[in-house]
Amino acid sequence: MAFRVRSGPIYNRRMAIDIDIAYVARLARIELSEEELERIGRQLGGILEHAALVQELPTDGIEPTSHPLPMVNSFRPDQVIPPIERETALSQAPESEEGYFRVPPTLEAE
Amino acid sequence: MSSPADLTLAEAAAALRAGALSARELLQATLDRALLTEAELHAFLTIDHERARAAADAADEVLARGETTGPLHGIPVAVKDNMVTAGVETTAGSQILAGYIPPYDATAVTALKRAGAVIVGKTNLDEFAMGSSTENSGYGPSANPWDTGRVPGGSSGGSAAAVAAGSAMIALGSDTGGSIRQPAALCGVVGMKPTYGLVSRYGLIAFASSLDQIGPISRTVEDAVTTLEVIAGHDPLDATSYRGEYPQYRSSLERGVAGLRVGVVTELAGEGISPDVLSACRSVVDSLAEAGATISEVSLPSMEYALSAYYLIAPAECSANLARFDGVRYGLRVEGATVEEMTARTRAAGFGPEVTRRILLGTYALSAGYYDAFYGQAQKVRTLVIQDFTKAYEGVDVLVSPTSPMTAFELGSRTEDPLSMYLVDVCTIPSNLAGAPSISVPVALDVASLPIGFQIMAPALGEEVLFRVAAEVERASGWNDRRPPLVEADHGV
Repeated sequence: MAFRVRSGPIYNRRMAIDIDIAYVARLARIELSEEELERIGRQLGGILEHAALVQELPTDGIEPTSHPLPMVNSFRPDQVIPPIERETALSQAPESEEGYFRVPPTLEAE
Repeated sequence: MSSPADLTLAEAAAALRAGALSARELLQATLDRALLTEAELHAFLTIDHERARAAADAADEVLARGETTGPLHGIPVAVKDNMVTAGVETTAGSQILAGYIPPYDATAVTALKRAGAVIVGKTNLDEFAMGSSTENSGYGPSANPWDTGRVPGGSSGGSAAAVAAGSAMIALGSDTGGSIRQPAALCGVVGMKPTYGLVSRYGLIAFASSLDQIGPISRTVEDAVTTLEVIAGHDPLDATSYRGEYPQYRSSLERGVAGLRVGVVTELAGEGISPDVLSACRSVVDSLAEAGATISEVSLPSMEYALSAYYLIAPAECSANLARFDGVRYGLRVEGATVEEMTARTRAAGFGPEVTRRILLGTYALSAGYYDAFYGQAQKVRTLVIQDFTKAYEGVDVLVSPTSPMTAFELGSRTEDPLSMYLVDVCTIPSNLAGAPSISVPVALDVASLPIGFQIMAPALGEEVLFRVAAEVERASGWNDRRPPLVEADHGV
């Protein structure tokens, strides 16, 4: 069977995908306008319909692969190595104060 | 009079050692070539004249003592801008990292420097290496030296264009789904993705950690071997770094292919592949047979599903990796009343459309209720792809296919439909899912005089056999380091 890059039966077997795109954008911490949400939601629907083809293959008894090569317990010697200087680490921060990264308030004021 | 910028790494290294050429002269020729071509190509995001000249002068001082530092002594090298370079702006092609000056070098960059390389600059890429054309760069696209109205491929398009143009002798790229091999194919140069873990990912700004791998882009297979031998090696700073032996690959170059079993992947040799690409690849396969290889057709049934699995796994990993861009420690910040508002506004302003799409796609695939159906299922399909490869390699030593279904396409022709861009990676993605090595070698020009790349795939850690076949393909194709029209005048052709 040849791989069909542009058309053919494989792309006609699409499934309907339902996405709450505003919820997903909130989870991903990206503030999008209504118009952007609508456009990206439509695009993701198309991509996911294609991606959902993975659901067609029988995978009973197949183990998932999270890492391509068999590799377990990668240890290194427990040695102290000099860390990056605090000043250097802070030098790229948008805002820092007294040796710390500075962020907006994380708690509501009383 | 041809320019030293058009020498191969092997030729330049010999000329430097013989005293026929200085590192400063070689760098100047390279920078002159960049000056001539960059207005059209935009292969580089940063060219670091000052540091490069200092490195070249230091290389010349060592040469004056009759010594060399390593195999890349005095060689002008470009680095894809998703690898961090101490003191030199590194953006990964994203506005969210505009102005970011890393405090350290990626391990692969350290290896280049130790081998004597002169780092010319940082090359353009699709933002965070997500794309197949460099059109997703936050700093504007690069162009293809063979036709500046067309894409150089991606995501390592800047690296491939720079090497093809002679504004770097070799370059580093990174390959998550074909990002070294596909631009190499479209620009008429050699691009190699090593076995996962062979080259340290420390200092590579992560896209999809179980797929990302750094590798060389060069004009010849021999130069790819030289570069890989420099950058490969165990690194305690990367927990996925390979711990076994790191062999030398040079002896592969002259061994030929007599007795090797070559499998043509059925699913990547038919419909959907451009006719010119197919016929060029068929004649390469014929020449491998003439050189003594045994040819057979091999079917990998799960190949059809590899692309779908990839476009769940890679976005899922990207959505986790890119969570670090939160406006706190580095890069852009857009103010907000709370941390969450500041973060959400920063990310909206800093990420381009494709990166935003992939983060959302990955977030969705990992979210409660959808995890098993999408991400979990994709991971199982990944297992099936690996099993298909394992079974295929019981009968053959290498698998071959086109690198890209089509040659360089026109700028802007695929940007409106993300899925049409994703389909460009159909031939290259399976090797990333399997963590296996793969190389693209330029073999011919199509009817529009655009380069065609031939892909060779080998089992994990099969670099020796991969380079044997690649060297034969290079010889048999008669490509002979053909140069793009853009530089022919300077080259003296």
